[in-house]
Amino acid sequence: MLKLDACSKTYRVGAFGGGELLAVSDVSFEVAPGEVVALIGESGSGKSTIGKMILRLLRVSGGTITFDGVDISSLEGRKLKEYYADVQAVFQDPFSSYNPIFKSDRVFAMLRHEYFQGLSGSEWQAKLERSLDSVSLSPPDVLGKYPHQLSGGQLQRLLIARALLLDIRILVADEIISMLDASTRIDVLNLLGELKSRGLGVLFITHDLSLGHYISDQTIILRRGKVVERGSTQKVFGNPIHPYTKMLLASVPQLHKKWEEAATELEVPAAIAGERPIAAVEETPGPLVEVEDDHFAAVGPE
Amino acid sequence: MSLDVDGLTVYYKSLRGDVKAVDGATFQIADGEIMGLAGESGCGKSTLGKSLIRLDARMRYVSGHVELDGKELPIWDDREMNSFRFKEVSIIPQYALSALNPTRKIGTVATELLASRGVRMNGMRPELERRLELVGLSTRVLERFPIELSGGMKQRVVMVISSLLNPSLLIADEITSALDVSTQRAVAEMLVEFRDRGFVKSMIVITHDLSVLYQVADTILVMYAGKLVEKASSEEIINSPKHPYTQLLLSSLPEVGVRYADKRLSGIPGRPPSLLEPPEGCRFKTRCPLAFVKCGEEPPLVEVEPGRSVACWKVAPC
Repeated sequence: MLKLDACSKTYRVGAFGGGELLAVSDVSFEVAPGEVVALIGESGSGKSTIGKMILRLLRVSGGTITFDGVDISSLEGRKLKEYYADVQAVFQDPFSSYNPIFKSDRVFAMLRHEYFQGLSGSEWQAKLERSLDSVSLSPPDVLGKYPHQLSGGQLQRLLIARALLLDIRILVADEIISMLDASTRIDVLNLLGELKSRGLGVLFITHDLSLGHYISDQTIILRRGKVVERGSTQKVFGNPIHPYTKMLLASVPQLHKKWEEAATELEVPAAIAGERPIAAVEETPGPLVEVEDDHFAAVGPE
Repeated sequence: MSLDVDGLTVYYKSLRGDVKAVDGATFQIADGEIMGLAGESGCGKSTLGKSLIRLDARMRYVSGHVELDGKELPIWDDREMNSFRFKEVSIIPQYALSALNPTRKIGTVATELLASRGVRMNGMRPELERRLELVGLSTRVLERFPIELSGGMKQRVVMVISSLLNPSLLIADEITSALDVSTQRAVAEMLVEFRDRGFVKSMIVITHDLSVLYQVADTILVMYAGKLVEKASSEEIINSPKHPYTQLLLSSLPEVGVRYADKRLSGIPGRPPSLLEPPEGCRFKTRCPLAFVKCGEEPPLVEVEPGRSVACWKVAPC
């Protein structure tokens, strides 16, 4: 459905834009209906840049992004609006996604103004309630409230409800869980799982491997703008090939396993895992090679 | 006993009344103990940590005593506390990444901080350089401005500077939260190293992330809505929690190995109570599946086994 083909993005940096920074380089993957793809990377890996390119908030510098076979960079005007009716995003910080001066349901009013002007008041109300219901919010709890009166989880679910009003087919979820409290974040995550079973494709951008592993079908590990490993989640986590993936897995704090144990299991030398994690895997990853069915890893330096 | 906190109560002043952020906190930390302080946002964990070193203008000391190495900390007196800060009690602040003055070089920041305690930089410099090397930084960072360092480097610089005078108690407030997993691990392991080398006697590590605490802490203290709910060794908290809140919180955490398709985790229904007017009795009762009549009374934090305290009527009926 959504397909990225050899996408790259170069930012102009420096005082006069003289320098170039390759933020994303040669990234290809697909998001199919009813599939959650986890895009996992540390800060600066380009994961959010990819999300923004899919949303057309940024232009691609190279490669193409196609949605149902149509190159999205060519979309303008009405076509672009139709694209946004299919593809929506929810971002990390629910508190800054709302204007604190207005009531939080203003996000719905704005959407109605853009897309549903033909709907009568009662039709709109029914639609809104259905949508709120699907994110397990009860309308009296959240409608007519200001953002500060609602919890982060509620705000985040409101934003998902807003996206669902459009009958979207792709949701770009950029770190939507990170700001939420432990006891409520899992509910938002389970919500993604339910939406997935109804056929929504989700691009789940995160730095948290355990969240990615919990919810996703496909996993993409990014490092400095390049894909170092991708494939079915079970294979990437069960049989990590690239040293960077192993290092990440060995560094994730786990609840029932100490770091040393995890490092031994993954055969990561303790020195690499503890001392200078970044320096240990400094070389640029080579091209992706299929190591087993539905599992690709970058092998060796270029 | 390195730190002995007895009935510490600290409120925030607000126009609508007092926000009861820390209510009757009583706990001890032994020499050489790393105590993890865990809880969700707004549970008062940072307030508790900060109140041991400096009450900011919005915070109001209500009652309680804090003893460090047998000496009472005058935490209600901002001026008197000054002689303890940095020497006896030190903190790595929550926003360590922005704790450094951007217009000063790292070396200048350290010199000024030492001078404020009447310590000359010249005498301390070899030790400072040795510790920087220990955390994997070159001594050249002293000539750099904060903007020239990465997040992990700044975090480590602040760690070294904060603990330079070998404080008895070091408070580390959410220091790993803003870091990538690999840097997070390196920084967390350095905390343990600092304790092992005797740079600090004991430590309070504040974080919302229980899995990080399991890696570094000896004991874990769990807070909920301004109250202490459970304290035990980290093995016991993680593997056999007793308080219903701790149990539910742990069961809602996904970890590598758990998948949505195989095992559906669930969150805790409801949300924490407002600390302006917290409910009478147990503050978790509205979300607790085990709540019964007795929960209208406040459960005390009682020792149920040696080294293990729980505040719940179901676990420790009196």
